[in-house]
Amino acid sequence: MVDVAEYRLTTPLREEDVRKLNVEDVVYVSGIIYTARDMAHKRLVELAEKGQRPPVDMDGSVIYHAGPVVRKLDGEWEVVSAGPTTSSRMNKVTPLLLKHYPVRMIVGKGGMSREVAEALKERGAVYCHYTGGAAVLAAKCVKRVVKVEWLDLGVPEALWVLEVEDFGPLLVTMDSQGNSLYERLELEVKSRLESLLGR
Amino acid sequence: MLKTSVVEEVALQLIKRASIALPKDVKEALRRAYEEESSKLGKTQLKTILDNVVVAEQMDRPVCQDTGIVSFFIKGRSLDYKAFEEALRRATVRATREVPLRPNAVHPLTRENSGDNTGAHIPGITYIYEDTDYIDLVVVLKGAGSENMSALYMISPGEGVSGVKRAVLETVVRAGGQPCPPIVVNVGVGGTVDLTLKLAKIALTRPLGARHPEEEVARLERELLALINSTGIGPMGVGGKMTALDVKIEYAHCHTASLPVGVNIQCWADRRATARIYPDGSWEILG
Repeated sequence: MVDVAEYRLTTPLREEDVRKLNVEDVVYVSGIIYTARDMAHKRLVELAEKGQRPPVDMDGSVIYHAGPVVRKLDGEWEVVSAGPTTSSRMNKVTPLLLKHYPVRMIVGKGGMSREVAEALKERGAVYCHYTGGAAVLAAKCVKRVVKVEWLDLGVPEALWVLEVEDFGPLLVTMDSQGNSLYERLELEVKSRLESLLGR
Repeated sequence: MLKTSVVEEVALQLIKRASIALPKDVKEALRRAYEEESSKLGKTQLKTILDNVVVAEQMDRPVCQDTGIVSFFIKGRSLDYKAFEEALRRATVRATREVPLRPNAVHPLTRENSGDNTGAHIPGITYIYEDTDYIDLVVVLKGAGSENMSALYMISPGEGVSGVKRAVLETVVRAGGQPCPPIVVNVGVGGTVDLTLKLAKIALTRPLGARHPEEEVARLERELLALINSTGIGPMGVGGKMTALDVKIEYAHCHTASLPVGVNIQCWADRRATARIYPDGSWEILG
């Protein structure tokens, strides 16, 4: 059993700091994070494949699988509610994202695939879980909306650039050594299922 | 005839309430889950969930950013379908701006967002005939994370009740942490393919802990809940006991050669609000 530790990290994240993180560690992130879902992932990868640069600095970046509820107050965007979305929808595109960009942390809910675990290991990045639906707590960590890109994709799918303070608690569930909390649990759950069904 | 302006106002208030404050039965079930959970990681998830529920109400903000697709259930008689539909669409548009809700409704092929949570057949409206003078209007907000984990099984009748259990358990296990457990599992058994899923949706409108009136069905609900909470998936899928808050079943007779099972999963944020509208236009929120 590895000792569980708590870390406070500031963006841009450094590979050596991220490589120290283990499954079940708790992290709080401060700095700049980007929200991205299905459509923004697709666009980020398309840009890289065309040799073009995205509108944000991806070096040491944190990608948050989220589509916030926002409102405009006095011409400024405000994040009202911003919990994580289901990460598995991004399973297919994430290895490409990690191949093209030095992303250091992905935050979402529900976990990701073995292919993503391998890509995280290769890149030196981690996947962190944030409690699904804890949207107002997450929004409270957002100090300001720096900017929004790709609003043509719609509010949920746009790339929101958010300044956050102590965003967390984030639970490391997939580390940069290829370990995954989900895979460990899945094996246990599946073996229990067989006995529950009397097979 | 009931004024459409009343229906619109009631529907707007229900959407606001449902998006921000969870029903009492759901809050109680979450608190019980927190007390009963023994896994450390799982308990931490439930603590965060409970904190978020409190803060959402304090700050008057949607409890979850996925304010979902809006569905209405109308129970009563002599309903003016057309007028209802127009009032409920207007209420949805207004709620999107006023709460605010996240605009979630997109064209299924072009993915173009309508921007106001309405579109073809959306918000969903289900009319249920009930021989009452008053009308009960229920709104359910349901996110995609849980809806995407739903399933329809057409099992062999020979498999019987154990086949029903298999269908439900396999769906829950396959979903794992993705639909934001502790989940509410709504099951339709029997009927035809459309009806079985509709029944699962109608089960959504029943409060947690309210068992099916027929003992045989109620027993299956309790049994399934115990089985699901023995899988070890736990809150948010990080391991633990509390995988589901409740299981609710509705059934219909089906063809002798078929046994459809529709499993509709709802996340812990089981957002629903109900109002009763009287013939004179007065109304009250029931919860």
